Amino acid sequence: MQLTPDDIIVLRLWGLELNATIVNTWIVMALLVGISMIITRNLRPDVPPNRWRTALEVIVSAIQTQIEEISRNSARHVMYFAGTLFLFIALSNLLLVIPGFSPPTASLSTTAALAISVLVAVPLFGIASGGVGRYLKGYIEPSVVMLPFNIISEISRGISLAIRLYGNVMSGAVIAAILLSIAPFFFPVVMNILGLLTGMIQAYIFAILATVYISSATAESEPSALSKEPSVSQKEPSASQQKPSEFSQNTSSNKERKS
Amino acid sequence: MTELTIIAAISIFTAGFTIAIGSIGPALGEGRAAAAAIAAMAQQPDAAPTLSRTLFVSMAMIESTAIYCFVVAMILIFANPFWDALQTASVVGG
Repeated sequence: MQLTPDDIIVLRLWGLELNATIVNTWIVMALLVGISMIITRNLRPDVPPNRWRTALEVIVSAIQTQIEEISRNSARHVMYFAGTLFLFIALSNLLLVIPGFSPPTASLSTTAALAISVLVAVPLFGIASGGVGRYLKGYIEPSVVMLPFNIISEISRGISLAIRLYGNVMSGAVIAAILLSIAPFFFPVVMNILGLLTGMIQAYIFAILATVYISSATAESEPSALSKEPSVSQKEPSASQQKPSEFSQNTSSNKERKS
Repeated sequence: MTELTIIAAISIFTAGFTIAIGSIGPALGEGRAAAAAIAAMAQQPDAAPTLSRTLFVSMAMIESTAIYCFVVAMILIFANPFWDALQTASVVGG
């Protein structure tokens, strides 16, 4: 049983081992880049859009609306980052239906790399929108006592991002493999369909969480952009930017109200 | 019982307990979250997109503890470090 595609060695060149994770990542990247390059080859105003271009536009505009609902400011740059994360994870999770292809997100190396890129992107977006001083001031926001806890929450955020995606995709593969030895033909297919659903949801959640983290780092530094909005739409970003601690506070306050 | 058998038995037992106990809390929590979100959606159907997105994100947060337990159980069964260490030691020693 393979827990991770890191153990599958595809090629051995001059003492360097090329494992299935790297090869499958390259396949996913080549598919993404190749398909979008072929579709947007004739991107001119005089060429009427064909069905492929329309499909691509539907995907991109869906990602754009989802991200614009969460982060109001600098949504375009966040969209390049989070949309790429979503497309990569979604495609690699979708390709698990192909026999012999183990999705690269089933390896902890890939998910850790994606989570680290999110961890690096959060300060970058925060500094780009509000400057270094304003970003660093966010760490001592309620008081200086909270400094270590803010740093710990930053690190645990990245770990949970990586392990969540890895655990979900890996569990689908492992359960399918176990069922294949017990009850072949029917149940593995059902579990694979469930794995497709879980993979899409996890890709969505990864991109949404990255957007929420980035917009929580940038939104604090630009209060003027939010205060310009009417008060009705102001509630929406604050509701979607809730952190896990606020969730638990909400549920506990609900409990008190009920009892 | 040899040392390998003891380690195997305890690992399998612990893996079962890990996933059994570790899934109780997230299951209850997800049930509460879904019930609260559905009640909120029934009261305010206009806010359904925002609510469902928040529900997805919070579900992922709640579920991640169960996923950690699953990963630990999988490591105990398929990639047990003590088992591997003892096996290599027995190969080297004997």
